[in-house]
Amino acid sequence: MTTLEIRDLTVAVEDTEILTGVNLTIRSGETHAIMGPNGSGKSTLAYAIAGHPKYTVTGGTVTLDGEDVLAMSVDERARAGVFLAMQYPVEVPGVSVSNFLRSAATAVRGEAPKLRLWVKEQKEAMGRLEMDPAFAERNVNEGFSGGEKKRHAILQLELLQPKIAVLDETDSGLDVDALRVVSEGVNRVRESGQTGVLLITHYTRILNYIQPDFVHVFVKGKIVEQGGPELADELEKNGYAKYVGAEGAAPAAVVGKSLPLGPVVPGAVTTA
Amino acid sequence: MEAALSTERAALKETGGITDGSVAVGVKPSTPRSPADVRPERVRSADPEVFGAPTGREEEWRFTPLDRLRVLLDGAASDARLAVESELPEGVELVEVPSTDLDVPLPVDRLAALALQRAGTALVVRVPKALEADAPVVLRLTGTGTDQVVWGHLVLDVAEQARVTVVVEHAGSAHYASVVSVLVGDGASLQLVQVQGWEADSVHGAHVASRLGRDARLVSTQVTLGGDLVRVNETVDFTATGGDVDLRGVSFADGGQHLEHRLLVDHSVPQCTSNVVYKSALHGDEAHTVWVGDVLIRAAATGTQTYELNRNLLLSPEARADSVPNLEIETGEIAGAGHASATGRFDDEQLFYLQSRGIPTDVARRMVVRGFFADVVEDIGVPALEERLMSTIESELERAFA
Repeated sequence: MTTLEIRDLTVAVEDTEILTGVNLTIRSGETHAIMGPNGSGKSTLAYAIAGHPKYTVTGGTVTLDGEDVLAMSVDERARAGVFLAMQYPVEVPGVSVSNFLRSAATAVRGEAPKLRLWVKEQKEAMGRLEMDPAFAERNVNEGFSGGEKKRHAILQLELLQPKIAVLDETDSGLDVDALRVVSEGVNRVRESGQTGVLLITHYTRILNYIQPDFVHVFVKGKIVEQGGPELADELEKNGYAKYVGAEGAAPAAVVGKSLPLGPVVPGAVTTA
Repeated sequence: MEAALSTERAALKETGGITDGSVAVGVKPSTPRSPADVRPERVRSADPEVFGAPTGREEEWRFTPLDRLRVLLDGAASDARLAVESELPEGVELVEVPSTDLDVPLPVDRLAALALQRAGTALVVRVPKALEADAPVVLRLTGTGTDQVVWGHLVLDVAEQARVTVVVEHAGSAHYASVVSVLVGDGASLQLVQVQGWEADSVHGAHVASRLGRDARLVSTQVTLGGDLVRVNETVDFTATGGDVDLRGVSFADGGQHLEHRLLVDHSVPQCTSNVVYKSALHGDEAHTVWVGDVLIRAAATGTQTYELNRNLLLSPEARADSVPNLEIETGEIAGAGHASATGRFDDEQLFYLQSRGIPTDVARRMVVRGFFADVVEDIGVPALEERLMSTIESELERAFA
């Protein structure tokens, strides 16, 4: 049993406070959905947990089974069991998917998986995500469609089996078929009971495929309401208006959005 | 940090496109456009005096620290030679002949003209007609000191329909001025790799002058890693249709190193193709790379296809990369012409992505730099050499970040 505990977390980007005091506890086997309007700081929370250097933690704590996550480097966090599926993963020219995956598995597992077993493991995982074997020889994220990027992220999730998986807008840019395949992948990891999932989303669409145990409404850098799956239904009906107030989303959080550059427009439908 | 990230991303964006004029385009802000960018008539001659002594204001010398090259430009006669070790596949011969007996492309600058004149004799690799060499020709040229200038002339003479790979490796300490004449006969194919793996006190100025026959193919790769100053001027002359040349380069400049590659691809006949990919990584104070890619498409050269790409990876803020692609097009009837040049810093987003999967920083950095050079190095076609070059680049990288 693993517990990720976030207490009074405040985070700034370029001297502007984006997270204003986040409290959240995630245990293995649980699925939490964080929902909120654009610019509310959801992605900032994801990047801060993963340790992106652009995000400065100005207060609060994040612990994984009591260990101080904030004191760890980015790669240490990953080896401790924290996984972030980014909304806009970057291209890494000249590095093949198979080389990348094996390097990651070697790092996370503490030893290089035996080549023959690894080839089989990778092939099976790709098969489950309905990916062409030739995909493994392509350069990481280079020229990937929106759907391919997300399948690639879930492929990593399945192979690395983290303790805590943060999935940032994993539903964006997916058509219905790709959304199904990706959701099935997430559900397989959930069924292991070993992974706690933090699902960050703007839309309720993905929650039809991945049933959350808890739903949190995120506005202006903190959680303003919590509930069960029924809260998502209410958001679907009434939107965020009730939480946002007259001035709309906190403009400062737009800074957080400027980081990932990519052709994918949130919410746009791309064929996988 | 935050601001740096976004400007880095912006800096990595490509400049490039198709040119329609005869002046330099795609010049980076660090290499401001000057009147010198408008080229004077190109002069080629075997007589050093035709070129005069460079002052540093000329277009072709303006990036070069002439004080460090002076020892070569002074042109003192010398009998010093590099030590030569060779591996020759069956059928290939290595002979020494007087330079005057050879019909080779003319020098493009004073240094090359001096080298031809002073060398007196040429080392000639002869690959006979239709020979398909079963192993690479390897020449190891090793300098034994910098007391005297070494003048050298190497000729790679690949007769029609022959196919061969030639690897020329430079090592040791030397002040070396050389001309490499590359003659690729009709229908012949040459894969040429030249490695500049000099010791830190070496100065090397070279003119690699290629001449291609009908349907000839040349892949020329320059790997420049060592030396205080290395300046390679590479020219390609097409003499008949169907010529196809790939010019590739990889360099890694450390603090204080000046590594300069200048290319002139002269499309003077129809239906030839040229493709240029040069990549460099730089680290440290006064690390300097220069890449000048001139492609000239003359009025007669209809059906020409050409593309140039230069990428520079700045691993520290003090390093400087100059990049000047230059297309001159004198006919509208071409198949395609374009260029791209980009100079950027280490992409922190790529590092973050790899690290976020547990991969330690040093391994992640190696993966990114290996990936940056991969397309050029992995095309060399001599696996043992590819592996050795990659590990040399990796140890350069480890030193850089130690």
